[in-house]
This record gives sequence, structure tokens and C-alpha cells, in this order.
Amino acid sequence: MSTTEDEVTRTADLADALAEQKAEVERLTAQLADWEAKYAATPTRDDHFTTISGREIRPLYTPLDRPQEGHAASEVGMPGEYPFTRGPYSTMYRTRLWTMRQFAGFASAKETNERYHYLLDHGQTGLSVAFDFPTLMGYDSDHPRSLGEVGVCGVAISSLQDMETLFDGIPLDQVSVSMTINGPAIILFCFYVAAAEKQGISPDKLRGTVQNDILKEYQAQHAWVFPPEPALRAIVDMFEWCSEHAPRYNPISISGYHIREAGATAAQELAFTLRNGFEYVERGIARGLDVDAFAPRLSFFFDIHNDFFEEIAKLRAARRIWAKRMKEVYGAKNPESWRLRTHCQTAGVTLTAQQPENNIVRVAYQAMAAALGGTQSLHTNSMDETLALPTEKSVRIALRTQQILAYESGVPNTIDPLAGSYFVESLTDQLEADAEAIFEEIEAQGGVVPGIEAGWFQQQIANSAMVQQTELESAQRIVVGVNEFTEGNADVEIDTLRIGPEVEEAQVARMAKMRRERDDAEVERTLAALREAAGDGSNLVPRILDCARCYCTLYEIREAMEDVFGSYKEPVFF
Amino acid sequence: MNDERKIRVLVAKPGLDGHDRGAKVIASAFRDAGFEVIYTGLHQTPEMVVNAAVQEDVDVVAMSILSGAHMTLFPRVREMLDAEGADHILLTGGGIIPEDDMAALREKGVGRLFGPGSPTTEAIAYIRDWFEEQGERV
Repeated sequence: MSTTEDEVTRTADLADALAEQKAEVERLTAQLADWEAKYAATPTRDDHFTTISGREIRPLYTPLDRPQEGHAASEVGMPGEYPFTRGPYSTMYRTRLWTMRQFAGFASAKETNERYHYLLDHGQTGLSVAFDFPTLMGYDSDHPRSLGEVGVCGVAISSLQDMETLFDGIPLDQVSVSMTINGPAIILFCFYVAAAEKQGISPDKLRGTVQNDILKEYQAQHAWVFPPEPALRAIVDMFEWCSEHAPRYNPISISGYHIREAGATAAQELAFTLRNGFEYVERGIARGLDVDAFAPRLSFFFDIHNDFFEEIAKLRAARRIWAKRMKEVYGAKNPESWRLRTHCQTAGVTLTAQQPENNIVRVAYQAMAAALGGTQSLHTNSMDETLALPTEKSVRIALRTQQILAYESGVPNTIDPLAGSYFVESLTDQLEADAEAIFEEIEAQGGVVPGIEAGWFQQQIANSAMVQQTELESAQRIVVGVNEFTEGNADVEIDTLRIGPEVEEAQVARMAKMRRERDDAEVERTLAALREAAGDGSNLVPRILDCARCYCTLYEIREAMEDVFGSYKEPVFF
Repeated sequence: MNDERKIRVLVAKPGLDGHDRGAKVIASAFRDAGFEVIYTGLHQTPEMVVNAAVQEDVDVVAMSILSGAHMTLFPRVREMLDAEGADHILLTGGGIIPEDDMAALREKGVGRLFGPGSPTTEAIAYIRDWFEEQGERV
């Protein structure tokens, strides 16, 4: 056949295929119309069916919901391949299950160290440090502002000494450790690196993550220290230092969890988090870093709320949006930079104080959504967390929930089993479109930092929280045990863990002893050097490491930086 | 006191706890219920809360505490209000507070406290009832 004949044949084939496709769409449309007539003639339980985020859900999804030609191939693709909708790795849980990582910390470093040993002995595969409020805000245990809060909501870590105790008998080159700390993250990170040094372990052997996501602190969680600009500079300092010295360590976990917990919808969580991620990337690039030098170590953290399918779709959409931006906008060439890896935690805000045992079931469904969404690690909440810190027993049940999911349910046996579901693919597309629309709203605010300073993010989140509260109180949305099915609420018999004032007293005494025994001249010298670095713009990590090594305290280091950086004042409104 | 006057409420977030979802929701609900509401913002010391309460001449201080520091912060604010001659101010609040602790705080002159899942309408009704009772007493 000549070339012309070949083309004629091809054109004819194409026309046939198009005609066939058109006929198929017509057939499906007719079929759907028939079904819709039947549906309309039958009473339904409700006029509207919506997700917890207010997204209208149609009664039925069909192939017509995925109209784009070639969509499945380009947008869904294969696991481990751009745009990673089906998962960040090509073999996913067939090779390795998600890391079961329970967030834990209470009282002093010694008590928490015992809990870590307990968790590791029970099959947990990673550690996650919960700090107390004073530590989260950069105050020492013996600071007046810490009164009544030492060790209550997490573990108190005021210096390298506490960090050494925290990981006593836990080789830091063998366990990956996640630390939830933001405002003073760079300081706690340096305590951690210095504690590893004491164990004879160099930073290049460290695997783990520090949350270090200050943007969502201003937006939602509110454990800040410094104003946005110097805070962002410290974060980029960590990107720079880690890419050189600790290449296996994630210097940030860009977090939607707290945004969602504060009241945001699924789409707001997705969009705010990713937009924050883009901000960090832009800051790194503006520093002159090669995007492929630091982007592969950016990690994420999402909340897994009640609405099963929407949460799965959210994770799938997150990976796709991130991959596209990294490649197409920021010009990342290394596929590692496109790959969004995430930790997930079940939603604390969904736990009820009423009939708390029911929380075990809520957590189990949420955990399953996290696995079906392709998470890399997971924390399952304990049933009693809305009453107090979890007891050992309830923590064990939460961990067992993950193990049952992993070893009994069959869920991890195949990769992204919901791909191709008309509903899940449609939700994934919708969430992506919603996020793109929210990105535009953020740009209209002038970007992330101006949006924070104007209180825009905070107001958006508070508005969504109010909508949810109204729906709950008007019983538009049923929460079992709270506004419906309340029989049995009276008999709450559940043990809770209580932290007494003796923890604070002992911690204060330990600090006094440490302050007496350390080399004061060295403390002064390293703090002065830090102040200088804060002023001249050189990388802060080596200076803070020096401070950590000679037992400068958290607050001393914070104060030295604050002298130069100032402190953050929030826009107050409700 | 008369029925015409609006109830003035200071919604406060004492301590280092940054979880302000509840504080903002309750502040909005109080406002919608017709109260005059002042919100302190985050990270307040007991001194800051008491100063604001006295300066703003409020009827009620409603503190939101999710950090577990309630056994320190509620009694301290109560004592300091009393020391400022503001013992007429109702100190109430909510958060993650076990029932035993609620009872113990009651003994120390703290009003009713609301745990997770409490409807905002309950707190509103409680404050209204208290306010009316005060009026009758005058």
C-alpha cells in the first residue's frame, strides 16, 4: 500500500471508532435516563446526600462520568509512574506494608522512652514523638509560662539531655523517627542530630521526619514562634543542610491534618496543604537550591476523616496535582521530586466522648480508607483520646486495628483496587478541580503569607467549622452517640491516663541540675554565634547544633533567635 | 440588671494550647445568640485573661482548654478574678476535661464545664439561666 492509501485506511478506521464511541455514549445515556426515571419514582431517605465536606453525591456513577478521551491512560496511569494517581511506588504494599507509626509522648523523656520500647516490642515499625505544649511553643519546662502544662499533652524536651533519655536504648540508625514540632522545629531537630551523635551515629544514617510546617501553624494549629519570613528562612536552611548531610531524612512534613482538624473541608485541606508545599518549593528555588536536590525529601501528612470514598480520592488527587506541578511548573526532572509520599492519621475530631468504644470502629474504617488511598505510614487514634491521653490498652487496640487491616482484610494484596471505579475516579477528578479553584482564590489573596497575615485561611477554616457545627446541632448530620442513638451514653467506664504535677516538679529539678553542671562559657559563646548567624543570613543548623551539644536549652536558643527575628502576632477574630 | 442589657462574655484561650476551633465556634454561637462577645486570641496567661475580663467589664469568662492544663488554669483565673473584686463574674468553659475534674473544679468556684460533643445551645442556655438568676438576686 502506498502512503496515501495507508492514510485513507487509517482515517476510515478512526471514523469507525468515533462512530462506535458515539453510539456507545448514546446507548449509555439512554440506559441512564431509564434508570433515572425509576429512581425519581422511588422515595429516597433524604433529599440530598452529601459528604461531610458538603459535596453533593449523585445516586449513581457510570462510564459517562469519565468522558475525556485517553483520560484513564494519562491521568490515572500506573502505580509508581507519573502522575502517580495509583500510588507513589510501583509495587506498593506487595513489597512493603505501610509503616505503623503511633504518635506517642507524655510526661518526661524517661516515661515516654518506656512507652517507645513497649510499642517496638509490640510490632510497631516506626516512632512518632508527641511533644508537650511548652516544647511545641519553645518554652523550657522551668519557664513560668509552662506552669501546669509540662508533660501533660506530650513529652517535655528542653535540652539535648532530655533527647538522649528519650531514645535511650533505641539505635537511631535503625528506627525511623517522626517528630511533630513546628515553631521551634530547627532546635528540636538539632537536639535529635546531637543525640544520634552521642550514640555514635552520623546524620547521613538518620531516617525520619520532622514536621517543620510553619505555614499550617499560622493557618490552623497555632504553635508558632517567629514571624513567617524568618521562619521560612529557617526551614530552607534545613532543606539545604539535610540535602547535604542527612539525605535520607525528611526535613518537612507538609501537613493537612491540622487544617482539617480545625474545621476545613476535604478540598480545603487538599488545596491549602499542596499550596503550602508549593510555597516551600518556591522558597527553596529562590534560595538558589536545585529543586531536585531537596524536593525528593519533601513529605506530606493528611487527615483521614469519616467520608470513606472522598478521603481515598483526596490522596489520589494529591499525588496527581503534586506530580503535575513539580514537573510542569517547577521544572523538576527527577521523578523522585514528582512523587508525593504521605503519612496519614485517622481524624481525631471524629472521635466522640460518648460511647467511646464506638471510636474503635470509626478508626478502623478511616484506616482502611488510608490504605486504599495508598498511604506510606499510618497512625490510628485510640478510642479514649477525646477524654484524655490514651492508655496502654487503647493504644494497643489502635495498633491491632492496623495489623488486622494489614494481615486479615486482604486490602493490601492488590494495588489501588478502586482505580477505574466510576465514582472514585470522578471524585478524584472533582477534588483536583476544586483544589485548582482554591489555588486561584489563594493567588487572589496575594499568596500564602499575605493570606495568613490577613487571616483569610483562618476565616475560611472557621467558617467551615461553623457549618459543620450547625449541621450537627440541627441533626442534619447524624453522629452516633452524640445526636442520635444516645442510649448507653451514661455508662462511660473507661480508664484514662493522668499526668500529675510531680512530672513537672521532677523535670524542673532535672533542669536545675543540668544548668549547674554545664559549661556556662560555652553556652554563652554558642548562643552569641547563633545570634550572629541569625543576623547575617548564614545557615542556622550548624550554629544551633553547637548550642545543642553544650546543653543550651530550648528556650535559650529560641530567645537568641527571637532577639533577631522578633515574634509572631496573630490576627485575632472569630 | 435588667433584661435589656446584653450579656457580655469573654471567650478566652489560656495556656499554650493552640486548638481554637471550639473557642471560635462557641464565640460565634454566643454572638448569634445575642451576647456581646470579646475573644482574647491564643496563648493567654491567667493575668491577661483576668485583666481583659475586668477591663471589658464582662459578666462571664468562658475558657476553652484542650491541653489538660485545666486543673491549673481554671482555679488560678478564679482566684485572680476574686482577688480583683470580680467574684460576680461567672467562670465557665469547655474542652477535654474528665468528669471527675469538672466536679473538683466546681468545688473551687468554677461554673459548669462542657465536654466534647456538647451542643452550643446548652452553654447558651446555661449562661442565660445564670444571668437571669443574678438579676433576681439584685
